Order: sequence, then structure tokens, then C-alpha cells
Amino acid sequence: MRRVIPLAITFLIGMFMLVDFFVPHHVVSSAAAEMKQWGTIVIAASILLGVGNLIRVHYKKISRKQEGWGYSIVTLSVMVVMLFFGGPWGTIQEGSVFNWIFLNVQVPLQSTMFSLLAFFIASAAYRAFRLRSLEAGMLLVSAIIVMLGRVPLGQFLTRGLPEQATLPWLTETIMAYPNMAAFRGILMGAALGVMAMGLRVILGIERSYLGGDK
Amino acid sequence: MNIFERFMNIDRRWIFLAIGIAVVIPFFFPLGLPISVTEPVQNLYDALDAIPPNGQPLLLAIDYAPATLPELEPMSLALLRHAFRNDVNVAVLTLHPAGYGLAERALNKVAEEMGQVYGEDYCFLGFRPGISAVILGMGVNIVNVFPEDAYGTPLNDIPMMDGIRNYDDIPLLISLAGWGAAEAWVLYAHQPYGQRVGAGVTAVMATDFYPFLDTGQLIGLLGGMRGAAEYEELIDHPDEGVRGMDSQSSVHILIIALIVLGNIAYFGARRKRRQMEREAA
Repeated sequence: MRRVIPLAITFLIGMFMLVDFFVPHHVVSSAAAEMKQWGTIVIAASILLGVGNLIRVHYKKISRKQEGWGYSIVTLSVMVVMLFFGGPWGTIQEGSVFNWIFLNVQVPLQSTMFSLLAFFIASAAYRAFRLRSLEAGMLLVSAIIVMLGRVPLGQFLTRGLPEQATLPWLTETIMAYPNMAAFRGILMGAALGVMAMGLRVILGIERSYLGGDK
Repeated sequence: MNIFERFMNIDRRWIFLAIGIAVVIPFFFPLGLPISVTEPVQNLYDALDAIPPNGQPLLLAIDYAPATLPELEPMSLALLRHAFRNDVNVAVLTLHPAGYGLAERALNKVAEEMGQVYGEDYCFLGFRPGISAVILGMGVNIVNVFPEDAYGTPLNDIPMMDGIRNYDDIPLLISLAGWGAAEAWVLYAHQPYGQRVGAGVTAVMATDFYPFLDTGQLIGLLGGMRGAAEYEELIDHPDEGVRGMDSQSSVHILIIALIVLGNIAYFGARRKRRQMEREAA
């Protein structure tokens, strides 16, 4: 019964949302609109579950002194600090401690982490981008054209040439044709996969979202 | 170890140092190279430019997190400046929990700079969790999803939102995101409701969006800091995007030089090795 009821709810709501897509009658669409609101509420409530799960996972890690348990202490401490300052004194008001910590700790930290990519990409390109085959050669030439064409220096280097010979034009051509064709194929494959997965969930074939082993 | 092998095994900290220098130096000695405008950026500019003043608002979804702030914040500032300069009302929201403070920061900065009045010229709807549910719900009625703005004022009491019910009343929606939000707006706002959508994404993500541009599902696209710089050129207000272009130029040149050097070292070392093997045989 613990599995039958969620499966039945998933089937009924999933089928109803499909019907809504094909039947433009106002009774169907207003009921579907109501369900979309339920969706927003359910997702909002799931954030609480997420917080609860985060505490459970890290508490377990600390109590068992598993590898990296020190980081779990930092995670939970920071969460408590942000809850402490965010709860009574508000989160986004200008001048609030929460906002100050967000703008002066989280923003620079996350921006720095992302910026490190440039250093690692440069190092990886130096060590791994080798002209070993025709395909690798094509990739290498395309990469160089796009890297140059995406910056003003590329435009400057090919100034005075006919438009079709300039690096920005070549870059846009690579992006708009070979790149787009490849991505369209990937998108279509992914979309078919999503449709298949959606049907599997609605029909109760895919049950991993229920948790457990069976 | 010959010279080629030494080059191949160079300590990566030297590469990091070179990249650091290439990023920093142009800030002190800017090159000031001209920036051409690409078609996807021009299209987005034209779409925003065509919105009638003091009427239906531009919906700006500031969906980025701090990690992608350096690339995407220049876009939000440029778009807001363009909208406010044209007296286009702007409603801002975010689908990313960490986007809340960033959206408010960008909005307040430009609104203050251009003397805009909250509630009449712009408003901030805040954050709602549940990407697809939020986007689909707004297609039915925005008030259902955002009954009040970020500061607790009922949406119906905000003058600029008067008569704004759903996507039928939004002439253009632009999502700035470093993750899947921009694609979600295309899938759930454009496809079922016909909402005109534009996007601003990080440079590495821009390639994913060309299929949507080709089909017209996206009106226009700003790709990375370059996209922001082009938009700043269009509104004649050079700022962080344009400033970052010189650093990007020098880093790209350095990476190309490193790739060429790496290949010279690789093939040189291989040739030397084969030569030694032949001699040994």
C-alpha cells in the first residue's frame, strides 16, 4: 500500500497534465492551473526536507568521525550562523548581517572558485590539447578560431580583410552551423530520453523516486 | 631530460602565474580595442528597444549565483540601464535562492543611478522555488505565484503591475543564468505560452543555445562577458564588460600560445625519442 498510493497519485496527476496539454477546455485548464500551484507549494515544502536531510547526513558524519568530518562541522556551523542572523533580523534588508555575510563572504568565495577554472583550463590545454589525429586537429583549429574570434583582439588582427575572412565571422559561422548541428542532435536525444523517462514514471515502471531497493 | 621534455613537464604553477599576470596587466594598461556587435546581441537589443515606454514591463529573471556573477552581472546592469533609459518598466525575479541578494543589488544600483521610483518604474518579485512549476504557474496568473513582491506589498497594489496578469502582458522576458534556468524559460514559457524569451549565459554555456536561436525560440543571446561588452557598446555605456575584454584577449592569446608550445614540445620530444630508439637499434 505504501507504494501503490504514491504510484496511483503519480499516474493520475501525470495523465491529467498530459490531457491538459491536448484539451484546451476551461474546466481542464483551471484544474491544471490549480495543480501547478500545488506543485509550487510542494516544492517549497521540500526545501525543509532538504535542510533536515543536510543536518542528518552531516550529523551522522560527525558522530561517526568519517573522513572529512571537520568540513561537516563547518557546514553545520555556517548554517546555524546564517539561520541565526537571517531569522530574527531578516535576510535581504540592506545593512543586515545576513546580507553582509552573503555579499562579503559567499559572493567572493564562489566567484573565486569559478575563476580558478581559467587557471586549470590553461594548464590542461597545455598538457592535453595535442595534434594527434585529424579530428584533434580540427578541434584544435576550431578552438583557436573561436578563442580569437570571441575577443576584440581577433577582430583587430583581421581588420581590413573581407568580412568572410575575419575571425569574428568565422567564429559565428562555427557556432551557428557545426556547433549548432551537434547540439541540436544532443538536445533531441536528451528530449527523447526525458519523454521516455516521463512515461516510465507515469506508468509506474520507473520507481526509483520512491526510494528503497525495490 | 632534453629541452622538449623539460617544457612538457613544466611546473603548472608557472602557468598559473602567467595566467594571473595576463589577467591583471590589462587592468593597468588597457588596450581599448574596438568591440564589434554580433547578431544575437543586436537582436536582443532591438527587442528591448521596441518595448513601448511606461507600459507593459520587461520581465528580467536574474537567475545567477555568485559563482557566475563576474560574467553575468555586467549583463544585468547593461539591460537595466537600457530599459530605464527608454522608460521601460522592469519586473525582476529570480529562480535561484542565491540570486536574491544579487538581483536586488543590481536593481537597486541602476535604479538609484537613474532615479527610478519603486513600484512605478520597477519592482522586485523575489524568489520562488520550483523552476518549472513557477514558470508554468506564471503563464496562468503571475499573482498566483507571486501574490506579493519581495518586501510584502501585494502585487495588486503595485501601480506598474496594474493589469499585468500573465505572459500575454509581458512583451519580453530575459533570463540571465549560469545553469539550466534560461533553457527552462524557453521550454516552459515560450513553448506553451508563446512568451518572447531572450537569454544571457556564461561563455561556456553559449554554444548550447544556438539551436534555440536558429528556431526563433530565443529572440537573442548574450554569451559571456563578451556579450555584456557588446551590449554596453550598444547602449554607449562601457562598464565592467568592456573593461574585462582586454584581460580576456590577453588570456586567450596566452592559452593559444601555451597550446602551440605544448604541441612543439610534444612533437619535439617524440622525434627525439624515436631518434634515440633508432640509434640504440
